[in-house]
Amino acid sequence: MIASIVAQASPSFSLPANICFGITAAVMIGSAIKVVTTKNVVHAALYLVMVLAGVGVNYLLLQAEFLALTQFLVYIGAIVVLFLFGVMLTKAPLGRSEDLDNLRQRPLALLVSLILLGVLAGTLLDSFGDDKLPFRLSPEGNTQAISDSIFSTYLIPFEVVSVLLLAALIGAIVLARKD
Amino acid sequence: MLLNQFLLLSAALFCIGVYGVLVRRNGVLVLMSIEMILNAVNINLVAFGTFHGIAGQVFALFVIAVAAAEVGVGLAIILLIYRNSRSIDIDQLDELKG
Repeated sequence: MIASIVAQASPSFSLPANICFGITAAVMIGSAIKVVTTKNVVHAALYLVMVLAGVGVNYLLLQAEFLALTQFLVYIGAIVVLFLFGVMLTKAPLGRSEDLDNLRQRPLALLVSLILLGVLAGTLLDSFGDDKLPFRLSPEGNTQAISDSIFSTYLIPFEVVSVLLLAALIGAIVLARKD
Repeated sequence: MLLNQFLLLSAALFCIGVYGVLVRRNGVLVLMSIEMILNAVNINLVAFGTFHGIAGQVFALFVIAVAAAEVGVGLAIILLIYRNSRSIDIDQLDELKG
């Protein structure tokens, strides 16, 4: 929605969107690195909020408004709270703690992830060089198209996901119950 | 905007998540890294989905639902581990080692 409004307002949509993308990407990468390196468990959860919000902004830039709102509601509203409950219930150290990382595995893990990043980035640059994203200019949004699609083409996967959520609910209660 | 800028951002997020899964010892922090990996996948789905109608966004919605279920069950398992061994250090869970 925002992306299409911006697209209609200015003839060249890509400059403001690219500036927004650059800021968001920098914040996301910095926060993601802090999530995996910080010494404080609660700070890791709060940096995770920054990463998830950045993903939501990326959905807005890709003109997926409904998905962005779902991201904000489900991830930032529910899953981060669930993580904070997990931190609280396992009595993780709330201040700084030095033993959150496995120091013996750190060089190997760094090597693995850097090699993975190199391979992925090389393949992507090789395959999709400078393909442009197609953007629709219609201002009405795509929520209706998503609901039409879910309740017609993807009806059976939708029902299966409902059953999966029910099973996860019951499983979580059974696992975490005191007996 | 280029397709590749979203794909490269998602690749970077994925690799940071992999690093977190490999290096962290606290179970809750490992689950947080897994969430970052799933979000990287979702960015990819939506970015490629712009070429093919609405299907990419629908699949991203399904991934979000499955991720919510996964976090619920995962945190319940971590609570159970904590209750049984008074610690969620996943390096100490080596009872299968023989």
